[in-house]
Amino acid sequence: MSEIILKGKAHKYGSNVNTDEIIPARYLNTSDSDELAGHCMEDIDEGFVKKVSPGDFIVAENNFGCGSSREHAPIAIKAAGLSGVIAKSYARIFFRNAINIGLPILESEEAVDKIRSGDVLEVNLARGEIKNVTRSEVYKAQAFPEFMQDIIRKGGLLEYIKSK
Amino acid sequence: MGNTITEKILAAHCGKKSVKAGEFIEPKVDIALGNDVTAPIAIKEFTKTGEKKVFDKNKVVLVMDHFTPNKDINSAEQVKFVREFAREQRIVNYFEGGNCGVEHALLPEQGIVVPGDLVIGADSHTCTYGAMGAFSTGVGSTDLAAAMITGKVWLKVPASIKFVYKGKLRKWVGGKDLILYTIGKIGVDGALYKAMEFTGPVIESLPMSDRFAMANMAIEAGGKNGIIAADRITLAYVENRAQRKFKFYASDPDAEYSDVIEIDCSKIAPQVAAPFLPSNAKPAAELCKIAIDQVVIGSCTNGRIEDLRIAAKILKGQRVNPNVRTLIIPATPKIYADALKEGLFEVFLKAGALISAPTCGPCLGGHMGILASGERCVATTNRNFVGRMGHPKSEVYLAGPAVAAASAIKGKITDPDQL
Repeated sequence: MSEIILKGKAHKYGSNVNTDEIIPARYLNTSDSDELAGHCMEDIDEGFVKKVSPGDFIVAENNFGCGSSREHAPIAIKAAGLSGVIAKSYARIFFRNAINIGLPILESEEAVDKIRSGDVLEVNLARGEIKNVTRSEVYKAQAFPEFMQDIIRKGGLLEYIKSK
Repeated sequence: MGNTITEKILAAHCGKKSVKAGEFIEPKVDIALGNDVTAPIAIKEFTKTGEKKVFDKNKVVLVMDHFTPNKDINSAEQVKFVREFAREQRIVNYFEGGNCGVEHALLPEQGIVVPGDLVIGADSHTCTYGAMGAFSTGVGSTDLAAAMITGKVWLKVPASIKFVYKGKLRKWVGGKDLILYTIGKIGVDGALYKAMEFTGPVIESLPMSDRFAMANMAIEAGGKNGIIAADRITLAYVENRAQRKFKFYASDPDAEYSDVIEIDCSKIAPQVAAPFLPSNAKPAAELCKIAIDQVVIGSCTNGRIEDLRIAAKILKGQRVNPNVRTLIIPATPKIYADALKEGLFEVFLKAGALISAPTCGPCLGGHMGILASGERCVATTNRNFVGRMGHPKSEVYLAGPAVAAASAIKGKITDPDQL
C-alpha cells in the first residue's frame, strides 16, 4: 500500500468537544455534506470554517466527539476539508463513525500535549506517525486492530463489507 | 470465571459459548433502528451498495420522531424519503403521524424490543432498552446501513462496571436523579467504552420508567450500554406486550468487572445537571437562586406516564410562573391518551402549561420550544451541551419531572421539598 502522508496545520481544542458543537442539531435537516461543512464547529468556534485550509487537522484533548451518534459530525469535518483528527481519546460512537466513513483519526496523548494551534503537521497514517514540522518532533499514535485498518484501507465500512 | 449479563447476551447472538471483554465479534441483531434524522443517510448508503432488500423487514424499525410533525421543508423531504423507502421495503415497524412517538419510549411500550435482545440504533440513546435486560447500543448511519444489509454489527465486547445502589430513596428522588448523580460522580467519559451494569436493592425495586431513565443516560457517561437484569418487575411490564419470545439473562456471581462502585442513595437529594455537561450535577437546592424562562417535561428520558403523573401531582391546583413557558410532551400516543384520560391534561392546562404532540422537538434544539440568547430551561431531557436547545448563549439544566414541575411554579430552580 502506498504511504499516504497527510499534511496541514493544527487547530487545537480542549476536552469533551461534543457533537452539538461539531454540528448543531438545527442543521440536521439535511444530509448534504457541503451544506454541513459550512457549519462545522460553529457553536464552539464561529470562524472555524473560514480559517481551515484543506488538509488541516483538529487536535483535541479527551473524549472528542462525545454526545450524539450523528454521523453528520465526522461528515462535516471531512467535508470541511480536514485531513483528520488527533485526540487523546474519542467518544465511542464518533470513533466508529469516523472509521466507517473513512475520516482518519489518531489517538496520541503525547502528540496532543506537545502540539500547539498553528503547528504544521505531517501524518503517516500507515505507520501511525505524527511529525510536527514546526517543532521538529515526532510522536507515535496508538495502532488500530487489523480489521479496523482494513476498513480504513477499503475506504469505509460498506466498501469493506462489499469486498468480503 | 463467570460472565456478565452483557457478555452473555453478546455471546448468545454470535453463537458462542462465551465472549470476553476486548474481543471483537460480529453478532446478529434483533432490531436495527433509525429515525428521520439518521435514516436518510443510512438509506442512501444502503442504496449506493446496490442492495435491493433489507435483511429482514420485521427487524428494521424506522421512527419519525426528531423533527416531526415536520418542522420545515427539509425535514418534510427527509421524512418523505424514509417513508418511500419503508413502503418499498414493506417495513413492518414504520412510525409516522398518529402512531408515532419518541422512539426510545415507543419501542418498549409496543413490545418491539424484548428482554434478551441485541439492539442497535442510529441514535445515541438507544442504550435505553438495556433497562429491560437487553444489550442495546447507539451507532451511526453507516453502521445502520450495514446492519440493514447483513443483519449483523461489528462490536468490541465491553468490560463492565458494576454499580450497586443501596439505601433508601428520598422523597421525589427517582431514576433520573440517580443517573445524574452517578454521571456527576464518574464524569462524561467515566464509563467510556464500558457496560454500565446497574444493580443493588434500590434498582431491584425501581419501577420500569425509572430504569429506562437510568439506562437512557448511560451514553452521557460514555458508556457502550447500560443494563439492568430483567426480573419480576420487567416481567410484569413485558408479559402482555412483548411481540416475540424473550429471555432473561443475569450476571454470574463470579463475573469479572473492571470496577465496582457502591452508591448510598440515602445521601442523594433531587439533582440538577447545570450547563454545559451532564456530569455537572448538584442538588437542586444549591441552584435555587437561578431564574428560568422555560421548562420541558418530556423526552425519551422522562416523557412516560409515570413522569407526567409526578409533574401533575406537583402542579395540581397551582399556576406556573408567568415568566416560564412550561411544555409538556407525552412521549407516545398511548401516553398522551392515558394522560388525557387520567385528567392530567386538565391539571397541566389549568396550571398554564402547554401540551405538545409526541416529539423529540426541543430536546435537541429542533422545534417546539427553542431558547433565545440568555434564556434558561429546566428540562427532563438528557443533554445540556452548548447550544443544545437553541442559541449558543442559552442554558439547559437537566432534572427529573419533580424538580422541573416545582421549578415551573417558582420561576427558578426548585427542590420540590422547598415548595
